[in-house]
Amino acid sequence: MLKLFDDIENPYSQSGMSSVSVHEYAAGMGPRILEENKSHDWEELLLMISEAEDRVAFRHLFNHFAPRIKSFLMKAGADSTMAEECSQEAMATVWKKAKLFDPTRASASTWIFTIARNKRIDALRKIRRPEPDELTWPNEIEPAQEEALELKQQSEVLADAIQNLPEKQRQLVEKAFFKELSHSEIALETGLPLGTIKSRIRLALERLRHAMG
Amino acid sequence: MKNDNKIKHHLSEDLLMRYTNGTLCEAFSLAVATHISMCDDCRAALESYEAVGGALLDVSDPEEMGDDSFESVMALIKNQPTQTTQISERVASDVPSALSDYIGGSLQDIKWRPIGLGVKQSLLKTSGNSTARLLYIPAGTAVPHHSHNGNELTLVLKGAFEDEVARFGPGDVELADEDLDHQPIAVEGEDCICLAVTDAPLKFQTFIHKLVQPFLKI
Ligand SMILES: [Zn+2]
Repeated sequence: MLKLFDDIENPYSQSGMSSVSVHEYAAGMGPRILEENKSHDWEELLLMISEAEDRVAFRHLFNHFAPRIKSFLMKAGADSTMAEECSQEAMATVWKKAKLFDPTRASASTWIFTIARNKRIDALRKIRRPEPDELTWPNEIEPAQEEALELKQQSEVLADAIQNLPEKQRQLVEKAFFKELSHSEIALETGLPLGTIKSRIRLALERLRHAMG
Repeated sequence: MKNDNKIKHHLSEDLLMRYTNGTLCEAFSLAVATHISMCDDCRAALESYEAVGGALLDVSDPEEMGDDSFESVMALIKNQPTQTTQISERVASDVPSALSDYIGGSLQDIKWRPIGLGVKQSLLKTSGNSTARLLYIPAGTAVPHHSHNGNELTLVLKGAFEDEVARFGPGDVELADEDLDHQPIAVEGEDCICLAVTDAPLKFQTFIHKLVQPFLKI
């Protein structure tokens, strides 16, 4: 697994440094620059937050996910101001709940998606969401490293698969996921018959499941 | 709560997806969460849907954040205590916690109201236009013949019922839309308790039921 900060003494994880841009700051550190557009090991970053309250790690997660949570909330019908606020609250929840993140059970993006989703329900719908019982795992079983790695690889494959979906299918899956629309409402919006929508979504999900192995 | 019997009738993809993305109303979410607590297949399906949601989030186009938004988040964090544990007090119950939260305990704690012919119901308090209620159907008894304006989801918690479609046992879900005109009958041997959720009032066939329907609130 990629370790980003292994060999760096982390001077900016102290409090009071949050107003310093990580990238500006890290730029002076020589070859260990954390590139803006590079895909980081999000799971590793979450663990660094959970174990060491690492602000640099958090800044990277923030840079990637906050603008995407905002976009998710705007697609769900929030205006820009509300989406900005909710995205900030969701990111604060990510920090606060980081200790509950278990890489053997969900990838970072899946876990963050569920936090954003719950924020959407709280803020936009203001309703209660009944949750399934947690599965209880026997304590003596150590979460296997390979399991976490496998889950991570699966989610990368899944993200690739989504990017490679034919445009029409990707749009439908996005609509089904991000907008407040049922299949029949998507049918109204796109003018496609309900049967076609359902089979396209099913086809897209089949492909995605297949990609997940 | 875990079921030894194999569950045969599951949630639809539409319900699972809407539960995943947070657009499902409270009453239907209650039924979905209760079923998932009993069904490993649908739990696995939910987890794949959530993974799809995560991947979509990961590859979606970003929306620019405000200039000082990171600092605002750090301020939010500073002003609220860190959550280290999440231990919720659970009351021992014979139903999943999603449901026991609504009935305040176990099946025996439900406050029933008779609606005729030995059938009893208990309305659950949920927001929105959909209605969630528990039905108690004595063994061998039929629920009055009815059709639907909208969608109806029935989840068996105890016992079993049969209708024109199939036999439904503990954990099974029957999904009915306006095209289905059915008469569920609790099978002999055990009284049947189920969670029934509708997004529109039921239409009962007989005149007398039409008359009393507004008072029964079903
Ligand atoms: Zn199921």
